Amino acid sequence: MTLWFVFALMTVAAIFAVLWPLSRGSSAQAGGSEAVVYKDQLAEIDRDVAAGLIGSSEAEAARVEIGRRLLAAADGERTLPARANLGLRRASAIVALVGLPIAAVTFYLALGSPRLGDFPLASRTRMADVSQPLENMVAQVEAHLEKNPTDGRGWTVLAPVLARLGRFDDAVRAYRNVIQHAGDSAERRSDLGEALVTSAGGVVTAEAKAEFERAVAQNADDPRASYFLGLAAEQDGRKADAAAIWRAMLSKAPADAPWRPLIETALARVGGAPVAPALSDDAMAAARDMNEADRGTMVRGMVDRLAARLKQDGSDVEGWLRLVRAYIVMGERDKATNARIEARQAVAGDAERLRKLNEGLKNLGLDG
Amino acid sequence: MIAEAGHYALVLALALALIQSTVPMLGARWGDPALMNVARSTALAQLLFVAASFTALVMLHVASDFSVVNVFENSHSMKPLLYKITGVWGNHEGSMLLWVAILALFGGLVAAFGNNLPLSLRAHVLAVQGWIAAAFYLFILLTSNPFLRIASPPIEGRDLNPVLQDIGLAVHPPMLYLGYVGFSISFSFAIAALIEGRIDAAWARWVRPWTLVAWIFLTLGIAMGSYWAYYELGWGGWWFWDPVENASLMPWLAGTALLHSAVVMEKRNALKVWTILLSILAFSLSLLGTFLVRSGVLTSVHAFATDPSRGVFILLILCLFIGGSLTLYAWRAPALKQGGLFAPVSREGALVLNNLFLTSACATVFIGTLYPLALEVLTGDKISVGAPFFNLTFGPLFVPLLVAMPFAPLLAWKRGDLLGAAQRLTAAGIAALVAIAVLFAWTHGGATLAPLAIGLAIFVIGGALSDLAERTALFRVPFATAMARARGLPRATWGTAFAHAGIGVALIGIVCETTWNSEYIGTMKPRDIASVAGYQLKLDDITQRQGPNFREMIAQFTVSHDGETLEVMTPSKRNFTTRDSSTTEAALLTRGASQLYVSLGDTNAEGAIAVRIYHKPLVLLIWWGPVLMAFGGLLSLSDRRLRVGAPKPAKAARALQPAE
Repeated sequence: MTLWFVFALMTVAAIFAVLWPLSRGSSAQAGGSEAVVYKDQLAEIDRDVAAGLIGSSEAEAARVEIGRRLLAAADGERTLPARANLGLRRASAIVALVGLPIAAVTFYLALGSPRLGDFPLASRTRMADVSQPLENMVAQVEAHLEKNPTDGRGWTVLAPVLARLGRFDDAVRAYRNVIQHAGDSAERRSDLGEALVTSAGGVVTAEAKAEFERAVAQNADDPRASYFLGLAAEQDGRKADAAAIWRAMLSKAPADAPWRPLIETALARVGGAPVAPALSDDAMAAARDMNEADRGTMVRGMVDRLAARLKQDGSDVEGWLRLVRAYIVMGERDKATNARIEARQAVAGDAERLRKLNEGLKNLGLDG
Repeated sequence: MIAEAGHYALVLALALALIQSTVPMLGARWGDPALMNVARSTALAQLLFVAASFTALVMLHVASDFSVVNVFENSHSMKPLLYKITGVWGNHEGSMLLWVAILALFGGLVAAFGNNLPLSLRAHVLAVQGWIAAAFYLFILLTSNPFLRIASPPIEGRDLNPVLQDIGLAVHPPMLYLGYVGFSISFSFAIAALIEGRIDAAWARWVRPWTLVAWIFLTLGIAMGSYWAYYELGWGGWWFWDPVENASLMPWLAGTALLHSAVVMEKRNALKVWTILLSILAFSLSLLGTFLVRSGVLTSVHAFATDPSRGVFILLILCLFIGGSLTLYAWRAPALKQGGLFAPVSREGALVLNNLFLTSACATVFIGTLYPLALEVLTGDKISVGAPFFNLTFGPLFVPLLVAMPFAPLLAWKRGDLLGAAQRLTAAGIAALVAIAVLFAWTHGGATLAPLAIGLAIFVIGGALSDLAERTALFRVPFATAMARARGLPRATWGTAFAHAGIGVALIGIVCETTWNSEYIGTMKPRDIASVAGYQLKLDDITQRQGPNFREMIAQFTVSHDGETLEVMTPSKRNFTTRDSSTTEAALLTRGASQLYVSLGDTNAEGAIAVRIYHKPLVLLIWWGPVLMAFGGLLSLSDRRLRVGAPKPAKAARALQPAE
């Protein structure tokens, strides 16, 4: 409300500036004329002569010249009568009274944001800003780090937050500072590499690749570095290399590693292996060497992942049948029955698939 | 509320400018004093609103209100207060707001102090100011609005370009704009005269001081910019013939010519039509400078704007005002009454010669600056016109100008005596010849041109002194009498002498710096010693320091000369995190007018640092010269007497020298 009051005051002042001279009407003609200047010049010459600046003969010549000009000016002086043009005055007054406020407000409304208040920084940092606590904190941490740039712990806190806020370039710089001030490690190199990849829009640049290679050099089993090195190979068109890297990862990985599905889909993308839960030869060999408990964990992990995948996309009849079979093999009949019901629901809309499912279930001896 | 109030004030200023540009014109046409007086009150109200708008933007920058795009993009909460304020015009939008604020200031000054102007002339002048103002308000509001907002404001700004975070930004742009925009007054007077179809004595009385004000500020602004580039960019160069520099030099050359022709016009009622043309040209070149810098046509430190819509808009304004004014000139100028007559050899004649050389010099700069642009537009070829072109064209035009310069003040108005003037310059000529001979002997086998150029500079300075000696009759009358006469001399005469001597002083600096500059460029490790021009610089240490919004690497040099330790120099390199960029802060050691200049490069893996050390003999004279010139201008401006050029009578014995 105050804002509009201020606007109104300003508009009134502007209108007043136009109306005031109009209202003062036909006051006597102010302003200088040419003759005045020449008279002043004549007086100036007298002063110069008195001060001894010019000789009397020059002064005389100047007086003659100026006198001539003065006469000409007096002759040519336009004795323009001050005519009051009432029509024009009224028109100007109307323009000022009506046109000016309308034009100003329309123009302003098209460009301005009258509903936005002020946001001076001082008041924003003082009161806890509910809308953006994170940005606020980030700004404070940044301010702190600006003064103490060698605080490795600060950079460690800040870098992932920056990455999450989408400030990837800043995140890259922050991760670099982490490595510089808080020590090098495979994980930090991978963090930096990942930030580089995100800031490059998902492309594993040469710079990023170098970071991942450094990470692998420190810890050959760092999963993220290996994954991105595979991705780099894929983006270079070396699909076989990519598949080899990822396969090696899967073989070495614990069965419940959270990143397994990611690697598996990536592997499927480069045509390296069937989806799941098939094991590569290496994995098979690895599984053979495991003891009973380990193998059981591995299998269970695979089954769980399959179930999770089917929950999201239930159209895969073969997948359902594999899952049911797996539960039967593991001796979990309840789960097998549940899976059968879920499978029927999932493919209920598709007669052809439903038929295939029923046939398969009959073969497993789980019909009815 | 501050942002929106500032925004609305700017819109109101536009509305007032539109009224100011029409109603007084109608009033002048119909002879209605009330309508003509509208010009005055609207010009003052406009100044009030623009000032409010500008103040609002300054307050927003100081309070770091990042809901304003302009503040967000160019400020940072941790910037020192001074740079928060100067950052207001350290960006495109803000600097345009400063431009119109200065325009409104000049308009307001004419309105407030123009009582002795004929009413219709004042109405016309202010109406023309209104046109210019309206065009630029529209430009700002539509394409470069500094008051645009962000609904969800970020918590931190992007900081100002680090190169601009310097005291130079506080001084250089406002000075330069005062100069550029100051020429708008003489432009408005010229257009008003063309519209009215007559130039009277009041016209001439008014134009010269305004031109002088603009010229003083432009001189200081250019000199300040040059010194800023010298110490901030880290290369020790003070003039690069960069298009942006040329853009400010062109109005200066045209303005200098205008200043001299306006003197002829005020004192002798001659050269009227030519003065009008120069007024139009000086402001047109200022507009051109604004266009070159603001449109992003040139890519340089100064080109903040790269938005094509802005370029097209300014180009339109440029075409409208330059094309319109020149058309008006072609149409109306023949109708103007020609002024007084004078012999070729006379003060007037000398000033015409000055005008010819200055405008030709201006034309060469114009060609050198715009030809590469035109060629690129037409054929796509990129060429660069640099120092060699300008040295070959600009130099030869300035040499005869400087040779002729000492003669002009010694010539009488209307008909002069060249031989007499030459006789009175004998002392200056001898001093110049002696200087040349001494320099040749001293720098045996060195540069040939340098001693000659310094001789010319000595001649120019000697000429200015001879003029003073002649007027005070020094050496001819007792010393006390001469002193009394010196006190009685008009300040304008002193102003002329100072300004002319300033040119000579600057020339000495330029020649010395370019000819006898010595440098050391290499990498140094702590405790290494470099020697340049007899100075030994020992790198003591390299340390790190934390500034308010930057980190700084400081190198400490101990300077000694002939085994005597003089001082410690600390050049540094600053890193600005927010913009991820760095600046070099050169260290300067002043010895008399000469300077030692140290700036840092990058560090290499072994901890050695690249260092550039220059010894620049008499380099400060380059800037003392313009300061002297501006001081001369101020002296002349402070002299509020009427200017009457008493003519030399046709057959009079030589009595006293005609002074003013």
